[in-house]
Amino acid sequence: MPRINSPAELEAFRSSLLSERDPNKTCITLCSGSACHASASREVADSILAEIEKQGLGAEVEFRRTGCHGFCERGPIIVIRPDEICYFQIKPEDVPEIISETIKEKKIIERLLYTDPVTNEKIIHESDIPFYKNQGRIVFGSNVSVDPKNIDDYLAIGGYSALAKVLSGMTPDQVLQEVKKANLRGRGGGGFPAGNKWEGSRNAPGDTKYVIVNADEGDPGAYMDRSLLEGNPHSVLEGLAIGAYTIGSHEGYIYVRQEYPLAVQNVNIAIEQAEEYGLLGKNILGSGFNFVVKVHRGAGAFVCGESTALMTALEGRAGEPRPKYIRSNVVGLWGSPSVLNNVETWANVPLIINNGADWFTQFGTESSKGTKIFSLVGKITNTGLVEVPMGTPLKDIIYKIGGGIPGGKKFKAVQTGGPSGGCLPEEMLDLPVGFDELTKAGSMMGSGGMIIMDEDTCMVDVARYFMEFLTDESCGKCVPCREGMRQMLKILTNITKGKGKEGDIELLEQLAETAKEAALCALGKSSPNPFLSTLQHFRSEYDAHVKEKRCPALSCKELINFYIDPEKCQGCGTCAKKCPSEAIIGGKSMIHIVDQEKCTKCGTCFEVCPPRFRAVRKISGEPVPPPIPEEARTIVRKKKEK
Amino acid sequence: MSEILLTIDGKEVRAKQDMTLLEAARSAGISIPTLCHHDKLEPYGGCRLCIVEVESRGSKRMVVSCVYPVEKNIIVTTRSEKIDRIRKMILELQLAHAPDSFVLQDLAKEYGADRNRFEKEPSFCIHCGLCVRYCAEVKKKNAVGFVDRGIRKEISFIPEIASKECWNCKECFPLCPTEALQAAYVLIESLAFPSASSQSVSER
Repeated sequence: MPRINSPAELEAFRSSLLSERDPNKTCITLCSGSACHASASREVADSILAEIEKQGLGAEVEFRRTGCHGFCERGPIIVIRPDEICYFQIKPEDVPEIISETIKEKKIIERLLYTDPVTNEKIIHESDIPFYKNQGRIVFGSNVSVDPKNIDDYLAIGGYSALAKVLSGMTPDQVLQEVKKANLRGRGGGGFPAGNKWEGSRNAPGDTKYVIVNADEGDPGAYMDRSLLEGNPHSVLEGLAIGAYTIGSHEGYIYVRQEYPLAVQNVNIAIEQAEEYGLLGKNILGSGFNFVVKVHRGAGAFVCGESTALMTALEGRAGEPRPKYIRSNVVGLWGSPSVLNNVETWANVPLIINNGADWFTQFGTESSKGTKIFSLVGKITNTGLVEVPMGTPLKDIIYKIGGGIPGGKKFKAVQTGGPSGGCLPEEMLDLPVGFDELTKAGSMMGSGGMIIMDEDTCMVDVARYFMEFLTDESCGKCVPCREGMRQMLKILTNITKGKGKEGDIELLEQLAETAKEAALCALGKSSPNPFLSTLQHFRSEYDAHVKEKRCPALSCKELINFYIDPEKCQGCGTCAKKCPSEAIIGGKSMIHIVDQEKCTKCGTCFEVCPPRFRAVRKISGEPVPPPIPEEARTIVRKKKEK
Repeated sequence: MSEILLTIDGKEVRAKQDMTLLEAARSAGISIPTLCHHDKLEPYGGCRLCIVEVESRGSKRMVVSCVYPVEKNIIVTTRSEKIDRIRKMILELQLAHAPDSFVLQDLAKEYGADRNRFEKEPSFCIHCGLCVRYCAEVKKKNAVGFVDRGIRKEISFIPEIASKECWNCKECFPLCPTEALQAAYVLIESLAFPSASSQSVSER
């Protein structure tokens, strides 16, 4: 492929690409993101290729491995175009039938379709499935039609037209004004207006300036940036190049975490292909603008998602944050002005340039424009990545898209914003998602993690979990974070173990104040948030743990006992057989008893007791009833005729 | 270089443009406590004890004076109920590790800090980094460094460098706010048992 030397050549190349591509040709797309890889999409891919070959369809059928489709709960996913037939949870052995029935005979295979859990109706088209129907996918949507390893796919959907537009007809200042007008705010955590950040760098003195992609996504359960970088790396590169042109930078870095090998692979391929086409590198599209991108792999520290720590790590030193009183867009990487935005923020840029700020601002709330991708995980029916316009109520994300809580359980809280965010209770589900809205409610947008918790989740334990995570990830440079969290974790752990004391909550509050006011970086300053938000909304759970030594969610091991209800036990022996610590005194047709001394509280008996008996109970905050006397243990069966 | 006019504790202070708040305050005879600061070293911002309140264009916020650059017309308060409360907490957190440090005890007296507030885990080191930074910035030897991170972070001498450099230097010892105990201890351990000490580090 020769270099593309001008915007006109790019358009000519695009036209020739499209003329070779028949939109009516059958195309099987298979989700090949990390989540689907985990459910064997590679094997499915092999099997599709082999079967197309075997059934002699090589010329008529196209096959494309795309990035993540988002509905990870049901992967691997196949979409057959142009009819948009959607099959879920495909196994390699389903493939021959799909090829012979659906591809050749145009027959739908009912069992592979999505079944609506409410109406039991089978749904054929992706766009009719509630999970997709209720989203607004302007950034993530292209993932389903692009093979991330093939730049032509990205060009075929209009890729790099925004860069061409910018280089051929817009001054850096015009680009800046458009981004500012769109009020694009950083999708990585803070929600700082990207335009203002860019402007600061553009105006800062210095010839060398840098643009950086923060792909060090580390919030537990979050994988939005991963899926974008894996599934559509060119959209990020295009945004980055536009940013570089705007601030006058010729060198960009992608800081991607070590744990994302597919993202690293795909973005490296993308850079190579873009350079070959002249869309990155020297004299891009003949404009005279030079811009190179390098990939830097992180070494597994959560704090390196913090901008100054990330830059320190890029410089080759230990990833510790530095004071931010002079912003890094003025003094950043190697002391030069540096614009750092996360993956999703950069991916929004080409859309704003192509469609205009007015188009972008039609989505969203007063202060949060556009859309946001969330990773919806935890106790939710439809686990996956969802993209919704800002301002969508939490309730719609959880129920309309997420399908609610599985197993007939009750919703308890939604945790947003990662470890620095907070937990919101049911009363706040009408809250529209937006940067300021979530912050006001005591949580935050963060990078878009959304963990759903049901009634079995103990909120004190949730706070303890996040505190443990952050204590482990603290860099240890400043006292309020390193020492404050050490103490907070100790106190929270004690509370969940029934060793909470009067005054513990007040001490936690004081430690929280010290961290919030005095810690060095955002990780430290926001570290008390999981505690503060759970205390704000679930104070009674803290009180129950401290004062009554009771865990209302029946979750904290040290505070619960397993007990077999003698009225309900039918002596089936299942629990005694499964108990790993031989803590159940059984016997044929005898009422079973848990030996509290031996019990390790693993919960196996609770899980295996047949639902028709439900004899095993969890008890908290009250004494376990004494075991029934030996002579009363024999079960007298009720007579059948009765 | 132009001068910057600001107010610290009600006093008008003229500062040089490249000064930090701490330097400006000290130049005007106003004392702010520090643990990790040293005039010969780059500002670090680790102990956070020098926290002060800055009022600028009507809004107030807490900043750390050793790294905060002076700004025109700001109003700085170096003591208040809130500042003292935070300093007290920082001292109490540190006293759990170095309960017998004289520097900490003196400060504890001033701020009413209780050395028994938190369960003691005497490790002597309070991670001020003075030894590490002095060795790197002034001596340019890097004979002592931090290993690991977060609550597992500790100082450690690099035996190969320390065995050559340290015996004739030891300039870091008097810098240690916890009486050099940890520094001396780790040094001796590293030199006497180079294999044992490097092993103990890698095991953690």
